[in-house]
Amino acid sequence: MSQSTKPSASRITLGGTLLTLLAYLVAIVMFFPLLWMILTAFKTEQQAMSIVPQFIFTPTWQSFHDAIFQGSAYTHYAWNSLITAVGSTFLGLLLTIPAAYAMAFYPSKRTDFTLVWMVSTKFIPAVGVLIPIFLVFRSSGLLDTRFGLLMLYTSMNMPIMIWMIYSYFKEVPKEIIEAADIDGAGTLQTMLRVILPLALPGLTSTALLVTILAWNESFWSIMITNHNAATLATYIASFRSAEGLYWAKLSAGSVLASAPIIVLGWCAQRQMVRGLTFGAVK
Amino acid sequence: MAIVELNNVSKHYGDKGPGAVEDFNLRTRDGEFIVLVGPSGCGKTTTMRMIAGLEQNTGGDILFNEQEMSGVPAKHRDIAMVFQSYALYPHMSVHDNMAFSLKLKKIDKTEIKQRVEAAAKILGIEHLLDRKPRALSGGQRQRVALGRAIVREPQVFLMDEPLSNLDARLRVEMRAEIVKLHRRLKVTTFYVTHDQVEAMTMGERIVVMNAGHIQQVGTPDELYDSPDNMFVAGFIGTPSMNFIKMRRHGEQLQGTDASLALEPWLKDKVPEGEELWVGIRPEHLRTVDDSRHTREGIRLRGKIEVIEPLGAVSLIQLKTGEHRITTQLEGRPRLALDQELELVSDMSRLHYFGLDERNLTVNAPAAEEAASLQGHQE
Ligand SMILES: Nc1ncnc2c1ncn2[C@@H]1O[C@H](COP(=O)(O)OP(=O)(O)OP(=O)(O)O)[C@@H](O)[C@H]1O
Ligand SMILES: [Mg+2]
Repeated sequence: MSQSTKPSASRITLGGTLLTLLAYLVAIVMFFPLLWMILTAFKTEQQAMSIVPQFIFTPTWQSFHDAIFQGSAYTHYAWNSLITAVGSTFLGLLLTIPAAYAMAFYPSKRTDFTLVWMVSTKFIPAVGVLIPIFLVFRSSGLLDTRFGLLMLYTSMNMPIMIWMIYSYFKEVPKEIIEAADIDGAGTLQTMLRVILPLALPGLTSTALLVTILAWNESFWSIMITNHNAATLATYIASFRSAEGLYWAKLSAGSVLASAPIIVLGWCAQRQMVRGLTFGAVK
Repeated sequence: MAIVELNNVSKHYGDKGPGAVEDFNLRTRDGEFIVLVGPSGCGKTTTMRMIAGLEQNTGGDILFNEQEMSGVPAKHRDIAMVFQSYALYPHMSVHDNMAFSLKLKKIDKTEIKQRVEAAAKILGIEHLLDRKPRALSGGQRQRVALGRAIVREPQVFLMDEPLSNLDARLRVEMRAEIVKLHRRLKVTTFYVTHDQVEAMTMGERIVVMNAGHIQQVGTPDELYDSPDNMFVAGFIGTPSMNFIKMRRHGEQLQGTDASLALEPWLKDKVPEGEELWVGIRPEHLRTVDDSRHTREGIRLRGKIEVIEPLGAVSLIQLKTGEHRITTQLEGRPRLALDQELELVSDMSRLHYFGLDERNLTVNAPAAEEAASLQGHQE
């Protein structure tokens, strides 16, 4: 009988061990390219080119130094990325929050259809609208401008923003808004003091997601910018020079391009807790 | 403070089917306490929501102080509402939940604090003021919801089952507090409840609803003594009124398991051979040896099926021929299951309903008075 007092959870089973091993394996496979990129960034070009993979070497900042200061200034591109990603996110929030509000709280018969229609615009491949947009941008002088790219990213992300914010607003119980109404709050007050605080986690994750989408966007950035408004995506692409690839420099550039967004994601993780509406209604 | 008037108010949610509320007519006095009762889904919440302006009535009109309210949004109606589902602001502390409406009205900070604390004290939630709703029990949340309404001094209070989640003792306390509050503030109040005792003790007038229709409006005594129809008779009073089907034979009413002398005033209402329902409240049935009857009415005999001692009284279910009769006897009478028992009720305590379920005694507090009245007219 004494055996049965052992908690069964502590028993190590073969299946459990295998599953754990598998999980580690998958994690390593996923993480390895990233790790390799980071390692390569600290190597010299010779070390990076070597056929035999080198794990142990003396790290050097040379590639980072080159990436930042040599010819194509990293900061210029990073600034463009930042402006377009953050700018389009803010502009997007400004436009989509009222839209989602109307759709969530004052739905009409066509609201569902409108939502589906908006998201369906995302089904069109970007190349399909490349020519029209290019022509429009050219004739309105928006080619290679940060403003043009910002507008493009905003409209690109709006469907998904409306969809997400709409669903977060939908989670706010209707009675809470009615209670605010009865307490004498106007539309703006209800929005600012009741709905937005409640939907904050959702808004944060939406903002984070579209910032990342805009930051990582490369197709449009490469197509409609040259140097002036070019983002980090264009910058990375520019490493593919005629003389062949500079692996170490490319890696350093890639690390520099992805680091900000990874750090941002890390910091914003906290905000993404859900279940804030718990306790409102029975 | 307001006189609230509802004229032929109705609400149809869809295009077809019966309305959630139909032809609701009521005019309150200023500062009156109206209780709405009725089975689940009968339209109580819908009525409250229309008064609040959260739902647009599809027919009729609603007036506050003779002023048409359609088109006036909820926030301008100056009402406070306790939602059936509480609807607390989850991101605000209990204090802020209660202070929200006052802050919006730009009331002075010290006064807000005073009012919130006073309300919290009444409700016994002073120690919870800093908590968020998610850290409260159901009963505590409900009291916060009540608090959010009472910190205000609105024209109209709408309370949708505000005490439903409290334990019996707290409910009695809160009931008394609400009554006191009402006496002090004299704010016209609509109060929904499922609790008979709440309805009878709090309401100056009670509105009994069923399937969207008002069944009767009256003071607690009126509803108890002269229900308009069998629905009200069965709904008001616990346990429910007993109904026995009988047929007129000459000067007698005859049932399968009882018979009864025909009241003189019933003679021209019930033709020979016609059927009717006789209603008797459980508390008006006594054992035969109890000699408190002035005029013996119906006599029922049957086997005891259930005995439920409730302390001060006992509920006894009797199986007579085809009916199950409930009676409420004082104390704990020495009775056993399957024992034969004979019950008698006073003539004046009987209610008579036609087959259309309407009370045959129209608007008389007691059958006997009606009888004499009827006699005079003839
Ligand atoms: N938004 C709605 N759309 C359609 N039908 C509704 C809606 N709200 C309520 N109803 C219907 O209207 C009727 C009355 O509902 P209501 O909520 O007023 O009942 P109630 O008397 O408050 O019941 P309860 O005691 O269970 O709270 C019900 O049949 C309900 O199904
Ligand atoms: Mg209800």
